[in-house]
Amino acid sequence: MENVLIVDDSSVMRKIVERSLRQAGLDLKKVVEAGNGVEALSALANEHVDLILCDINMPVMDGLEFVRQLSTVENAKGVPVVMITTEGSENHVVQALSAGAKGYIRKPFTPDQVKEHVLPLVGKKS
Amino acid sequence: MSMDTSLTTRAHEENWLPILELAVEEVFEIMLGCRIKPADKDQPVANQEFTAMVGLAGELCGIITFSCMRATAREVAIRMLGPEIADSPEQTSDALGEICNMIAGNFKNKLSGTDGKCMLSVPTVIEGAEYSFRSMAEGESIETVMIFEGSPISVNLQLHS
Repeated sequence: MENVLIVDDSSVMRKIVERSLRQAGLDLKKVVEAGNGVEALSALANEHVDLILCDINMPVMDGLEFVRQLSTVENAKGVPVVMITTEGSENHVVQALSAGAKGYIRKPFTPDQVKEHVLPLVGKKS
Repeated sequence: MSMDTSLTTRAHEENWLPILELAVEEVFEIMLGCRIKPADKDQPVANQEFTAMVGLAGELCGIITFSCMRATAREVAIRMLGPEIADSPEQTSDALGEICNMIAGNFKNKLSGTDGKCMLSVPTVIEGAEYSFRSMAEGESIETVMIFEGSPISVNLQLHS
């Protein structure tokens, strides 16, 4: 069973991502939600999660900055991050992976894409 | 394709309308599980009651709007979330904003030469039909009307000159 953190300024998209994770076969124990990078960092002060899914374009603190700051959070050491975003340029992919993200999914996305990119990161076969 | 030519000129010369329509079709097919097609040219479009907009900044500069009637907006939210979850006006607005956001991103990603040179704003959603819209982006305008569940949805790309 996994605890996940879903970071997106859209509550609709957070619910869709959660549903996609369940459809992909993840047995979610706890789902922590945050509307931007600052809220996500704050949540990680109190929560341990096994996986983080994060948008890029968000107010207050965007997803790239959040991933950069994640390395300083003790609770998040080694936790894989997958970006889920409308930003599809190679430039954004390179920035995200350089910042420490382990996966990158472009919106709109299918449940199969979530399965393919996320399951290997939590030790499951896609 | 070279970026030497201005994007407004490219929009005209390359005919971006089919690209915009494909971007809309893909978002609806993948996220809502339904196929939509462009409306007939004589399709009447009343004053739409929900308008979502996403700004484009950088070399591709302008605004993309997505508008539809209230019942259509609610149906979009239900298709995205399911009827048991899509139960509030806030979620309807949120769903429409995300649809517009994905259309803008999908459209941008289909254009050659914009890699990393165009950024999207977070979406804004206007509820109500009685408003005036004046964009400072007075350049090329591309609009398509498509049919979703028998009702028209309008998608407009207004580029800065």
